[in-house]
Amino acid sequence: MIEILKVRLKQGCRTMSYPAGPAPEMPPHFTGRPVIHPESCGEDCRECIEVCPSDAISVTGSEVRIDTGRCIFCAKCRQVCPEQIIDFSPDFRLAAARREDLVLGSGDDPVPSASSAVAKKLFGRSLKLRQVSAGGCNACEADTNVLNTLAWDLGRFGIQFVASPRHADGLLVTGPVTNHMELALKKTYEALPDPKIVIAVGACAASGGIFRTHPESSKVLADIIPVDLFIPGCPPHPATILDGLLRLVGRIDEKE
Amino acid sequence: MTIDRTLPNGGSIPLDSTPDLAAPEFRRRVLEGVTNGARIAALFGCPEGDSVRLFSILAWEDTGLLSVLSTTVKDRYPSLTPDCPQAHLFERELAEQWRITPEGHPWLKPVRFQTPMRGKSNEPLPTQCGVADFFQMTGEEVHEVAVGPVHAGIIEPGHFRFQCHGETVHHLEISLGYQHRGIEKALAGGPDKRTLHYMETLAGDTTIGHTTAYCRTIEALTKSRVPARAQVVRGIALELERIANHIGDLGALAGDIGFLPTMSYCGRIRGDVLNLTALLCGNRFGRRLIEPGGTGYDLTEDSLAQLRDRLKTAITDAEQAISLLWKTPSVLARFEGAGPISRKTAEEIGLVGVSARACGLERDVRRDFPYGIFQMAHIPIVTWHTGDVFARAFVRWLEIERSAMFILDQLESLPARPPAAPFTRQMSSRHLALALVEGWRGEICHVAVTNEAGRFACYKIVDPSFHNWFGLALALREQQISDFPLCNKSFNLSYCGHDL
Repeated sequence: MIEILKVRLKQGCRTMSYPAGPAPEMPPHFTGRPVIHPESCGEDCRECIEVCPSDAISVTGSEVRIDTGRCIFCAKCRQVCPEQIIDFSPDFRLAAARREDLVLGSGDDPVPSASSAVAKKLFGRSLKLRQVSAGGCNACEADTNVLNTLAWDLGRFGIQFVASPRHADGLLVTGPVTNHMELALKKTYEALPDPKIVIAVGACAASGGIFRTHPESSKVLADIIPVDLFIPGCPPHPATILDGLLRLVGRIDEKE
Repeated sequence: MTIDRTLPNGGSIPLDSTPDLAAPEFRRRVLEGVTNGARIAALFGCPEGDSVRLFSILAWEDTGLLSVLSTTVKDRYPSLTPDCPQAHLFERELAEQWRITPEGHPWLKPVRFQTPMRGKSNEPLPTQCGVADFFQMTGEEVHEVAVGPVHAGIIEPGHFRFQCHGETVHHLEISLGYQHRGIEKALAGGPDKRTLHYMETLAGDTTIGHTTAYCRTIEALTKSRVPARAQVVRGIALELERIANHIGDLGALAGDIGFLPTMSYCGRIRGDVLNLTALLCGNRFGRRLIEPGGTGYDLTEDSLAQLRDRLKTAITDAEQAISLLWKTPSVLARFEGAGPISRKTAEEIGLVGVSARACGLERDVRRDFPYGIFQMAHIPIVTWHTGDVFARAFVRWLEIERSAMFILDQLESLPARPPAAPFTRQMSSRHLALALVEGWRGEICHVAVTNEAGRFACYKIVDPSFHNWFGLALALREQQISDFPLCNKSFNLSYCGHDL
């Protein structure tokens, strides 16, 4: 017991002050929200499209748009763009409530809205989630799990992962939804009492990611059950997930 | 008698230099190899016309070489499993993927419930995933417990079926496939712009391990050399991945027995170590770091210094947090004797990684089949003899210490910045290349076979979990069902790495 107390003293209190205090610092090569400079790109140049592994880029005329729901943030497009109009900022705020808001162009509102009036009213002070991995590679799962550690301490916001869908207000889904998990996913969703919300974490859950065209994961999550929040990334940084959850339930004011 | 064609870890050979044996001879030679101390690292099929060519990769730990045996099969061949238990899952996989019957196999139950890669492409799946016969015990007081695919935590899906009498588990059957994403099928005909990213997400917690194995097969097929500095950075990243996951596992093991101090601290420290990988490349799992020919990012002077200081702090914190486990009698009472596997069983079923070393088997790719930086710098192998949860936990801790020492040593003597390595993309045609990597769970084996055009005719991935899931099933025998979470966590195997 003395030993345990001694270690407790040495380890100290390690919970970050975010969101009241400063946001956690992102590492040097972190690829966050894409920034597309408004300069127009070369007429016939399609190099970014050709190199993108998840077909996240579209070019209409000379306007480049990146679908962050598909993007895996590999930054290959930045490498090949001869005009250097694509970049990735250190901003980790990527979540959006509407799928179409994940498509970013140069003129867009910097941070898409993730809030939901219903979620704020019903779950603003207590949100219990059931997690379903449906073909996830365990990276999204791991960085969701990390929010439960004392560094992030998700519990202080009243958000908690529970062991039964019957106890849950919402479903947090990772992975491209393999055909083999479709039934289990539907059953879990149906077992949740109404009203309920669904959160898609990672490129795979948002769009199928690099598995989008696979017959083994033939349907996208949003085609199976309605999704209330999309959190892009491959995997999203824990800060990205936390930011999305907090904005969804109104614990962070989006106007700030 | 022909001599088996051998190659080193990370080597390639022309396909035609591998004799195409008759099926009975193939069987005899594989069994002979296993009797003489080899282990089946891979056994897989590759389409050839309307037949399938089977390749068996035998790993010889005493010589550090790998031998390749092959035979061409139309639709059936004599099964290895009756005389060689470690082949059982490979042969079930062959039956499922290629519609081949290994004759005499005791039970060709589907592995992933996947669509076969041969025959009519749009044929529907035989059944819903997991719907199949299960091994059953009968008796008045016998009962069956079914768990999953969705579990009560933030983990991947899989189905577990226990045959119990009271609290005692007499048999556990593990039925997977829920995570099947069709990666091996998608890799055929590659490489293309998605290939590297499939490798990064084969098992997301083993991004460095799998991308390193992939890049080494590509480098073998393109005869490229990797600059010394990149080799060191790859080694550092691999050991960081090991440290992070081992710390996480020890924390989770503490959580499963309700010992909260170590659980809480380790969860946080694991994150600190993931952040060190992020320091190298911007991503906590090492995405974008390993690329064919070298690494995507180089270590700057500033990140090198930060890495050294922050790793030292993390290891000091981990030492305090984890040593509590070994000093607390209530922890030891729960760890010791839980889920034991004997050394003999481990050998028979071909366990790899921590699970094998915890049974006293000295088995480690870094030492047995050294490659890259591990040819220059050796990490002492760690074993324990009890084969139980304690052994799997204790081996993890000792490996954390040794990996940290390795990284700190390497940071002191990092080779000078290399010139950009030119990378030729033309791969040899009709070659077989293979690479083994000691991932944090154990041996990762990648084998690429190229066609006339120098593209993948097939690409085989063997995640350590493929060898080890059966070990978990055996560890549960005669144990209490309430110890399942603890035993499961002590293996901590990958679902998606198995299901591909």
